Amino acid sequence: MKKEIIISGFGGQGVMSIGKNLVEAGMAEGFHVTWAPSYGPEMRGGTANCSVVISDRPIGSPVFTYSTELIAMNAPSIDKFGPLVRSGGLVLVNSSVVTAEFVRPGIKTIYVPCEGIAYEIGNPKVANMVMLGAYIAASGALKQETIEEMIAQMFTGKKAKLIPLNLEALHRGMACADPELDPIPQSA
Amino acid sequence: MAKELWKGNEAIAEAAIRGGCECFFGYPITPQSEVPEYMSVHLPAAGGVFVQSESEVAAINMVYGAAGTGKRTMTSSSSPGISLKQEGITYLAAAELPCVIVNCMRGGPGLGTIQPAQGDYFQATRGGGNGDYRTVVLAPSNVQETVDFVQEAFDIADLYRTPVVVLCDGLIGQMMEPIEWRPIPKRDLPPKDWAACGKKGRDHTNNINSLYMDPEACDQHNVRLTKKYALIEEKEVRWAEESCEDAEIIITAYGTPARIALSAIETLREEGLKVGLFRPVTLWPYPTKALRALAEKDGVKAILDVEMSSTGQMLDDVRIAVEGRKPVRYLGHAGGMIPTVEEMAEAARAALKEGV
Repeated sequence: MKKEIIISGFGGQGVMSIGKNLVEAGMAEGFHVTWAPSYGPEMRGGTANCSVVISDRPIGSPVFTYSTELIAMNAPSIDKFGPLVRSGGLVLVNSSVVTAEFVRPGIKTIYVPCEGIAYEIGNPKVANMVMLGAYIAASGALKQETIEEMIAQMFTGKKAKLIPLNLEALHRGMACADPELDPIPQSA
Repeated sequence: MAKELWKGNEAIAEAAIRGGCECFFGYPITPQSEVPEYMSVHLPAAGGVFVQSESEVAAINMVYGAAGTGKRTMTSSSSPGISLKQEGITYLAAAELPCVIVNCMRGGPGLGTIQPAQGDYFQATRGGGNGDYRTVVLAPSNVQETVDFVQEAFDIADLYRTPVVVLCDGLIGQMMEPIEWRPIPKRDLPPKDWAACGKKGRDHTNNINSLYMDPEACDQHNVRLTKKYALIEEKEVRWAEESCEDAEIIITAYGTPARIALSAIETLREEGLKVGLFRPVTLWPYPTKALRALAEKDGVKAILDVEMSSTGQMLDDVRIAVEGRKPVRYLGHAGGMIPTVEEMAEAARAALKEGV
């Protein structure tokens, strides 16, 4: 298994956090992981992205041109990284922000209304957790329990009250992507 | 030991503290600012001294002062900031003061870009300041090696009484990767009886100095330094080889391009193409003999050097090692562009096909 994932969006959408959560969960499951952020001028108010690799073998390059999966939190991310997803790959689109459809033959696209769901359950800050849920359900790369344990460890003390909210966000995101309906072909 | 997820720059700072760093002097610059940021909180908590200086020039001179008292001392910066430190580094080398200097390289020349690059190879390996001197240059290619080398660098610096450069790039500084805090081989270190930290009943004063007005004395000083550098060349050369046993094309690369090369080699091997990686781990002293031995092998058709530099800088050392035995090709990007797996693989295919 080797996932090369681009997570991209506006600064403040939790793009870097989604990536960090993925590598933490991947590490907890015993995979090799790397996380490489964009740290250029785009971070200051524009689009930010990070590259994540999760692999069952030692990782050479932490950066890559072609991804197996794209998590696009805004429209510029689709324009920039959509054409670079490998054939057989997966694109997760934040449909609360991106209004256009993304269609490419051989690519499975899943629409996740991240901010919409987050508002619905009472806190816009969990939009990224909604997307994380959608990703793990759609990709099958990581176990639900691993993320749930991570959430439990993330919020302790006074913040422990945020655990149910984050779990709800995760589960609502997972429901957006039911892999049973249309299994994603394994990319080369 | 459990693996922990660390960001390169923060891991550099933590490794320094674990390596016994007592004094840190630095000035912020992207992409290494998390090093002084982490140090500002954690070094004083560990009983050390942290100063954010008014400039890089001030920082390196504070290093000179603190190292002169025998304290384990460090500074870090990125390319333009390291340029500013060069005068201080030649003084440190001349006065034989141990210290650790971390450079998270970014694109140049001048202010260049904040993205990763390797354009400071000449500056690091040839001695960027005036006079005849060298600094040991360790070139890690992932976060684990970076923390290992930063810890060990303090021992190497103390053993030879010389500045040691840990040459990273912006990607290593910015990325996160799981690491282990594994035990670092400790060296048998001589007492710092040269340090200027009070006479303490000695019959002589310890002076920290780089000025020799008498040319014969200055010549003798240089002879002494040269002997030390010869000893380092004999004892400290390090390199790593990957899939070189049957390789027809040898990729030479260090730091980030070296790990990208591992991915390219994986792709090429799946195609049945025999490509290997020769990775210098010390850039000075350079693993000249080891690379020459590889170049001499009948099966090796060509060498492909890959760097994040426009014209190729390590390329000179590769050519010195290969001495014309085999054709040497070059693939490079500067200005913050990172060579891709695809173009590295394509360059290796071309080298195999054309043979020159």
